[in-house]
Amino acid sequence: MTIKLMQGNEACVEGALRAGMRFYAGYPITPSTEIAEIASVELPKYGGKFIQMEDEISGMAAAIGASLTGIKSMTATSGPGFSLKQENLGFAIIGEIPCVVVNVQRGGPSTGLPTAPSQGDIMQARWGTHGDHSIIALYPNSVREIYDTTIRAFNLAEKYRTPVILLLDEIIGHMREKIEIPDDSEIEIINRKKPTCSPKEYKAYKVKDGDMVPEMAPFGSGYRFHVTGLVHGETGFPAGSDKSESLLNRLIRKIEDNVDDICTYDEYMLEDADTAIVSFGCTSRSAIAAIKNLRKEGYKIGMFRPITIWPSPEKKLIELSKKVNRIVVVEMNAGQYFLEVDRIAGKNTQVEKYGRLNGEIITPDEIISVIKEGHNA
Amino acid sequence: MKRKEFRLSGSGGQGLITAGIILAEAALFDGLNAVQSQSYGPEARGGASKAEVIISEEEIDFPKVTDCDVLLSLTKLSCDKYISGLRAGGILIIDESIEKPERDDIITYSLPILKTAVTTLNKPMVANIIALGIINQITKIVSKESLEKAVLSRVPKGTEELNIKALKEGFILAR
Amino acid sequence: MPSNIVKKYYRSNTLPHIWCHGCGNGIVTRCIVKAIDALGLDKNDVCVVSGIGCSSRASGYLDFNTLHTTHGRALAFATGVKLANPKLHVIVITGDGDSSAIGGNHLIHACRRNIDITTIVFNNNIYGMTGGQYSPTTPTGEKGTTAPYGNIDPNFDLCSLAKAAGASYVARGTAYGAVQLQKLIENGLKNKGFSFIEAITACPTYYGRKNKKGSVVNMMELVRDSAVVNNAWEKLSDEQKQGKFIVGEFYNEPRPEYTEQYDKIIAQYRKEGGL
Repeated sequence: MTIKLMQGNEACVEGALRAGMRFYAGYPITPSTEIAEIASVELPKYGGKFIQMEDEISGMAAAIGASLTGIKSMTATSGPGFSLKQENLGFAIIGEIPCVVVNVQRGGPSTGLPTAPSQGDIMQARWGTHGDHSIIALYPNSVREIYDTTIRAFNLAEKYRTPVILLLDEIIGHMREKIEIPDDSEIEIINRKKPTCSPKEYKAYKVKDGDMVPEMAPFGSGYRFHVTGLVHGETGFPAGSDKSESLLNRLIRKIEDNVDDICTYDEYMLEDADTAIVSFGCTSRSAIAAIKNLRKEGYKIGMFRPITIWPSPEKKLIELSKKVNRIVVVEMNAGQYFLEVDRIAGKNTQVEKYGRLNGEIITPDEIISVIKEGHNA
Repeated sequence: MKRKEFRLSGSGGQGLITAGIILAEAALFDGLNAVQSQSYGPEARGGASKAEVIISEEEIDFPKVTDCDVLLSLTKLSCDKYISGLRAGGILIIDESIEKPERDDIITYSLPILKTAVTTLNKPMVANIIALGIINQITKIVSKESLEKAVLSRVPKGTEELNIKALKEGFILAR
Repeated sequence: MPSNIVKKYYRSNTLPHIWCHGCGNGIVTRCIVKAIDALGLDKNDVCVVSGIGCSSRASGYLDFNTLHTTHGRALAFATGVKLANPKLHVIVITGDGDSSAIGGNHLIHACRRNIDITTIVFNNNIYGMTGGQYSPTTPTGEKGTTAPYGNIDPNFDLCSLAKAAGASYVARGTAYGAVQLQKLIENGLKNKGFSFIEAITACPTYYGRKNKKGSVVNMMELVRDSAVVNNAWEKLSDEQKQGKFIVGEFYNEPRPEYTEQYDKIIAQYRKEGGL
């Protein structure tokens, strides 16, 4: 175990390299640019490739193209760039091509607040690309967790053959803090399943009984197959609307049916709590500081922090809603994740939101007063 | 040691972020927790720039500096901008070229940081390291050994000797 | 009976193709396949990437590693494929709208990088898949379903664009001149760098009907009669040049190729024992 002072964006690249990333394509944008810069320095040292593309769209496209050759790939961006990634994010979903898309969020809409933090892309991560789909999005809250979560993002992408979104906060992405680099024995690396059948028998999108993720051959390995953004059957060739339902249902179910495997979360001081804060990323750190102070004053309060933000940790939120009589969703937006928490927990308990849009982190003092106000009422 | 908050301010290009990183890393070498962050405007040079460092024996939850314990200002612009964010009883370290702000609830050290960099060391860019020496001499936040080690690990190759000299000049100025 | 070329390189289960009666896309596709065959490339080492539009359906019919991407993005995907695995022969099949309107940015930058991709633009001067809207190569004054009063946009000369942007091989052929087109594609594939081949093809269904170009046969004859070989072009008067275009090889100047340049960086900076 090595202890280092590391920036969040740097930890993202370090984690990605540890997970086996050997290709990065992207476009410069604040506040994610350090990820591209560090990737450009480090990848050649590992025999990997970095390319600065002509725009955000092509950054996403090139990452997908590289992944099809059997290589783990990543792209990173921020708000406006994340909007442009959505087109080919959908392609990676329907084509079932593993890759990691990092979005170091900034204030929006449009150019918004380029250097200021925001948690305003929660819903875009979920529904940004058109059409019905499910998505995996992860949301770490410290430099060390960025490292671990980036590795996990690659693992989930490979395991479920899907793009995985890593949502970072500008604050965590840019700050430096202590990180203990774990030893190899502490790290699990998952690689995509390769076909065991002969090239002749291979059907690119056929799933084995009891499985929902097809085996994936790399381009150039003798398994010649077709990848398209059109609805397709198990051979991968375009098919009519009769195949749409079964394909889309499988794409959704391979994620939704594995929520227990995919979802990770943190429960903080919830054992005896009657009030819960739901929070993530940098805001959750303010919440922890607030809870420590409120506990000193006798408040029975804790926090539920989703680390996997999509799919929702639904079971856990229902459990929570039956235990506490008040949930406050604290997030740096106008109430996006609140909609999800309210949908899941709203029938069992009171769900409130607290947010802000001015590019300033929510402070522990603010959270304390929000909790106290509601408590008195 | 309880949470201590430092705000290092000046203009873009003065190396304040590097100074913040060095201070945070030195704290890590001492077995403490540290968070370093910065905010910046669109300009790469000039403007008011700041680096923030939080050092604590405990876990650092809230990662931002609010009312700091120590404020360093190398320019008038940054001093004017950040002086109100220095808590009562806090320490202000300013370059002697800056007029002392009218606050009687703080301790102010006005020292020839920029001049020492130019005249004694012949290198204006080491003002940030001189300032670090001053901060540590006054606050004793980290050990001298850790601070030296952190300086050596973060400054460009070939400038080690110069920077260690700058750090020592800082110690002397604050005595 | 299908020919040996069809048997060897086409996915018979995906045929018949969706192209209209009289469309030149089938001929251009066959020229690509015959060029691959003539060069003896291993099917496992060929990757065909396409975008969206009539032409881009070709990838599905061909028995290679095939990738049918989003509108305009074929070159961006292909860049990822090629850089990640430079041993693949990467071929991009695209249309005039796909490559020069929505994908115009990717085209100029792929040319600039001189990445070893051979791009064949099936230029039928119209958006066929969506029903006959004018494209960046619809000649000024001609009609489309969105240019009902005649197109006022000046049209692109795609070969000049590619050359100016830095492609190291640039050529134009036609669906009528299949033998020449095959040769041009072969030369493009041989070029270690970005090769751009514009294949003029006919769209009788939309472009032809909208602009009263006559029957399928008339349209093919028009392609034949409008194409002028390189050296004959100079002898034509300005008047004679009206409505005609040059065919042949315009540019063939090898220069450093992108993936080779990157491999040099790796060779220099790779860590000892790095993966």
